[in-house]
Amino acid sequence: MPETTKRNVVTCEDLSLTFETADGPVFALSEINLQVSQGEFVSFIGPSGCGKTTLLRTIADLEKSTSGSILVNGVTPEAARMNRDYGYVFQASALYPWRTIENNVALPLEIMGLAKAERDARVAKNLALVDLLGFENKFPWQLSGGMQQRVSIARALCLEPELLLMDEPFGALDEIVRDHLNEQLLRLWNKTNKTVIFVTHSIPEAVFLSTKIVVMSPRPGRIIDVIDCGFARDRTLEFRESPEFLEVAHRVREGLRAGHSYDD
Amino acid sequence: MMTSVTQQPLVQPPAGIGTRLFAGNTGPVTVILLLFVAIWYAGAVYLNAPWQIDIYERAKVDWTLGDLVHETLRQERPVLPAPHQVLVEMNETIFGKRITSKRSLVYHTWVTLSSAFLGFVIGTLLGGLIAVGIVHVVSLEKSLMPWVISSQTIPILALAPMIIVVLGAIGLKGLVPKAIISTYLCFFPVTIGMVKGLRSPNPLQMDLIRTYSASKWQIFWMLRFPSSVPFLFTSLKVAIAASLVGAIVGEMPTGAQAGLGARLLAGSYYGQTIQIWSALVTAALVAALMVALIGWIERLTLKRMGLQP
Repeated sequence: MPETTKRNVVTCEDLSLTFETADGPVFALSEINLQVSQGEFVSFIGPSGCGKTTLLRTIADLEKSTSGSILVNGVTPEAARMNRDYGYVFQASALYPWRTIENNVALPLEIMGLAKAERDARVAKNLALVDLLGFENKFPWQLSGGMQQRVSIARALCLEPELLLMDEPFGALDEIVRDHLNEQLLRLWNKTNKTVIFVTHSIPEAVFLSTKIVVMSPRPGRIIDVIDCGFARDRTLEFRESPEFLEVAHRVREGLRAGHSYDD
Repeated sequence: MMTSVTQQPLVQPPAGIGTRLFAGNTGPVTVILLLFVAIWYAGAVYLNAPWQIDIYERAKVDWTLGDLVHETLRQERPVLPAPHQVLVEMNETIFGKRITSKRSLVYHTWVTLSSAFLGFVIGTLLGGLIAVGIVHVVSLEKSLMPWVISSQTIPILALAPMIIVVLGAIGLKGLVPKAIISTYLCFFPVTIGMVKGLRSPNPLQMDLIRTYSASKWQIFWMLRFPSSVPFLFTSLKVAIAASLVGAIVGEMPTGAQAGLGARLLAGSYYGQTIQIWSALVTAALVAALMVALIGWIERLTLKRMGLQP
């Protein structure tokens, strides 16, 4: 693989976020330093409350940091959001129940004001990508949970963003569907060379998908380890039984254990 | 060797008529209706009996219970008319008269319904507009909401004559003042329902549209409004019934010449209880019909929107 200097997609410097609550301040993020370069697949992993989702939401301008600096595509998160620089996939599909599958995928394109012909072309292309052709005119309730989540991925992709932010997108799905979608996602990333930031609390998922794993710890939410894993981009599910995989998984597990105080 | 298995019938044998009736609503509703009619008849006999007994005693005739029941159900001005008397009167005044006649119930119903409908349309628009304001402007919620709620604590019976008189003084008569009373009753359920409906999108749906940097206008039309449709229909069903009440109440204070309210009033002036009751039953039927009509539109709309299988 040719190594060239790649553009930074996300840069955080001493980023902190404190929520003021009735019970006193909650330090959701504390002095986060992080670089994500173009084409990387970065996973945030950690126990609940470690700030992984908050960090992703801060990148997406759904939360505002209280100190430090953060740049997304070289601009502030708000400007990046206004430019529609990223696609966001949530924990649940967040499909609008009154829209058909095709209209759900077209939602961001309608908001952007694209012409009908262009919208239709992009919807068809992205539904094909997640293997959902033929379901265009169904309503969300007619699809299984796994299919709904694939629709939400198609919806994020049809913006054609360089950056894909995914917040535990497969967390609510069963293991079998999850494995299948992990493989599909990896193939998609390999094909398109997008930058993906992926939040998860599953070690195998993080190791299988990532080029870089960011291990986080709660109270205050902080990064305790960053693990690079340069596995072949065309790996398959069987890779999860290889020694390299197990070695990295072990390191992640050790990191999580070290960062987690069990006495509270 | 063949194995024989006792086959279960794949199709259930057709259920008896009784089972089928009680599977849906038809059976239970019919039972309550029959019970209601029976109580009504018993009430009519009981309430009309003193007058009849009085007549018998003055004439010094012998009478049996059978005579009494027979006579109490066919009085000309009973305290409580029997259901069949009301039906006969309704049949005469609905189907037996030209609909332009002042004696036709269809004419009177139309007069009431037209102002109720005008009030319903204005009330729904006004209620929706107030809800949109309350949802989008924080200061409007604080300033407007208490007034919206306290507006409904004033008895409409006390307020209606004032509205009619004041509007009459500035030259507004007939349809419009009655419609305004309907509006007054209508806007409230629409405002309350729509505020709830426009706020019903969940945080995830709101975050999603935010990531697309949608304008307020787009958020309204693509998320808030579609989410509120089920709430809107629930409100509309309450509002249409309220609008009919408003129109009827609006016809009473000034002794209007036409409308179901006027029929009620005229009936009570002249002791025409059968006329009162037939106007009353007609009003109830029209209200039920309007609610059913909105329910039907609701089902069609929600089905089209994919919100109902």
